[in-house]
Amino acid sequence: MITAPYWRAPVSVTRVMGWVLLALIPAIVLHVIFFGPVLLAQLLLASVAAVAVEALLLWVRRRPVVSAITDLSALVTAWLLVLALPATVPWWLTLLGIVIAIGVAKQLYGGIGQNPFNPAMVAFAALIVSFPAELSRWPLPTTPVAWQWASFLGTPNVDALASATVLDTLRTAVHSGQAVSELLGRSPVFGTLSGAGYEWIAVAFLAGGLLLWLRGIIPGRLPFAFLLTLGVLSTLAWLVAPERFAPPWVHLFAYSTMLAAFFIITDPVSGVVTPRGQWVFAAGAALLVFLIRHFGQFPDGVAFAVLLMNLAAPWIEMKTQPRVFGEDHP
Amino acid sequence: MNGHGTIANELGVNGLWKQNPALIQMLGLCPTLAVSTSFVNAVSLGLATVVVMMIASTAVAVLRHVIPREIRIPVFILIIAGLVTVVDLLMNAYFHSLYLVLGIFVPLIVTNCIVLARVEAFAAKNRPDYAGLDALMMGLGLVWVLALIGAIREIIGQGTLFAGIEWIVPSWSAITLFGETSRGFLLAMLPPGAFIVLGFLVAAHNALTAWQKARTKKRTLAASAPAAPTPVGGEA
Repeated sequence: MITAPYWRAPVSVTRVMGWVLLALIPAIVLHVIFFGPVLLAQLLLASVAAVAVEALLLWVRRRPVVSAITDLSALVTAWLLVLALPATVPWWLTLLGIVIAIGVAKQLYGGIGQNPFNPAMVAFAALIVSFPAELSRWPLPTTPVAWQWASFLGTPNVDALASATVLDTLRTAVHSGQAVSELLGRSPVFGTLSGAGYEWIAVAFLAGGLLLWLRGIIPGRLPFAFLLTLGVLSTLAWLVAPERFAPPWVHLFAYSTMLAAFFIITDPVSGVVTPRGQWVFAAGAALLVFLIRHFGQFPDGVAFAVLLMNLAAPWIEMKTQPRVFGEDHP
Repeated sequence: MNGHGTIANELGVNGLWKQNPALIQMLGLCPTLAVSTSFVNAVSLGLATVVVMMIASTAVAVLRHVIPREIRIPVFILIIAGLVTVVDLLMNAYFHSLYLVLGIFVPLIVTNCIVLARVEAFAAKNRPDYAGLDALMMGLGLVWVLALIGAIREIIGQGTLFAGIEWIVPSWSAITLFGETSRGFLLAMLPPGAFIVLGFLVAAHNALTAWQKARTKKRTLAASAPAAPTPVGGEA
């Protein structure tokens, strides 16, 4: 039993960002084991570019450079963007994404703490509307590393060695009249639960996210509400029309689901801080993800869902202010 | 410089730079954003707007003592709509392919608020020659911004410049930059691209104005030198 007074450990941006980077490492290690070292080159390129763009824009805006680039926030954005993109996208696409994320979505809006939208998701959305083909070619565990390097370097090559994500594959097939059960397990895209290889990286995201939750870096209700809502919705849809909708485990263990649940919607700047509002924010994001995945045009709905909820965040916060002790009920 | 020249000069500076309809007044953004996917589209719609604005402003200034004040807006709109119909038919006849591309945005010049704004704010109160000059300068202010947005979006979005020029001068063709294999950054061609490019241009305009102001202030403080001449658009 510890008695008061307590001494609180100082919480700094650098510390929080450092923990987030650490929590991403299991997923990165598994990614390298399954798909080879191309991801490391992407991470290196994105990290260097992110710090360079951040430093350049801070210098242009006459803001302190060193304290802002040593807070690791640019690295978190860079790593999240790289992990959201297929590891085999050409280098210039990653670079362009970093310029949009750090340059436009973060610094032009006023730098850390000022951005209304999640920078990594802004960049992802800009890239997916502009380069849909590049962003729907995900490497498979069987994709040769040499091909992945060629793709990263942007040399023209056949694109038969990579494929769409599980959800994208399923949706395309359902749209062309095939049943889900005909597809599950019959294509190299599928693993045990969801995408081959990617399902285990999703588990690593889950593990890293639980670490962040235990350390008190992220509130547990955000990923919980997100996964719960997505799970309930996909279960209901699957029970009603099993031939049209993917089973819930495919949704929940999809790579982008776990990344979003623990690392994207938990962004405190573009998200919601009121406790009740966080339930609304996460559940709303999950609902939009489900709708966009099934009825949308693009391979995955996470980026658009998060951006739409970012737009709604100030309003959600306004409507969910906690009652101050002693204040009357409205 | 006599009084007439000074007024003409001021009208020019205001239309092209200080009160630029696209960058400062933010009027007529619907065509600015919708049609500026290429240089040729942007400039053609801009020039059509200039023609309408000039004739409408001059006509309203001539008739300004005849038009009853209470019903002036319907009368202005009638004059503008008549002129737009003429421009619409002419474009359909002489530049048919271009007309098909611009589509609804040619008839929509009627509702372009910059046209009515200049008529109501300036032409209805001033001499016809000034009204015509004001409309021309405001229109050209819109055209150069439209041209710049169109060129930027076209270069970034599809890697060409002057695409569609063959609709106007059949022997000319578009310039392809960065080689045949390059693909453009599609975002620039999509609606958000228009807002983003316009945002950057407005920011650049603000930065230039701020820089100019700071420089003028510094000079005035250093010595009682005359105010710095306007660097852009001032040579009227």
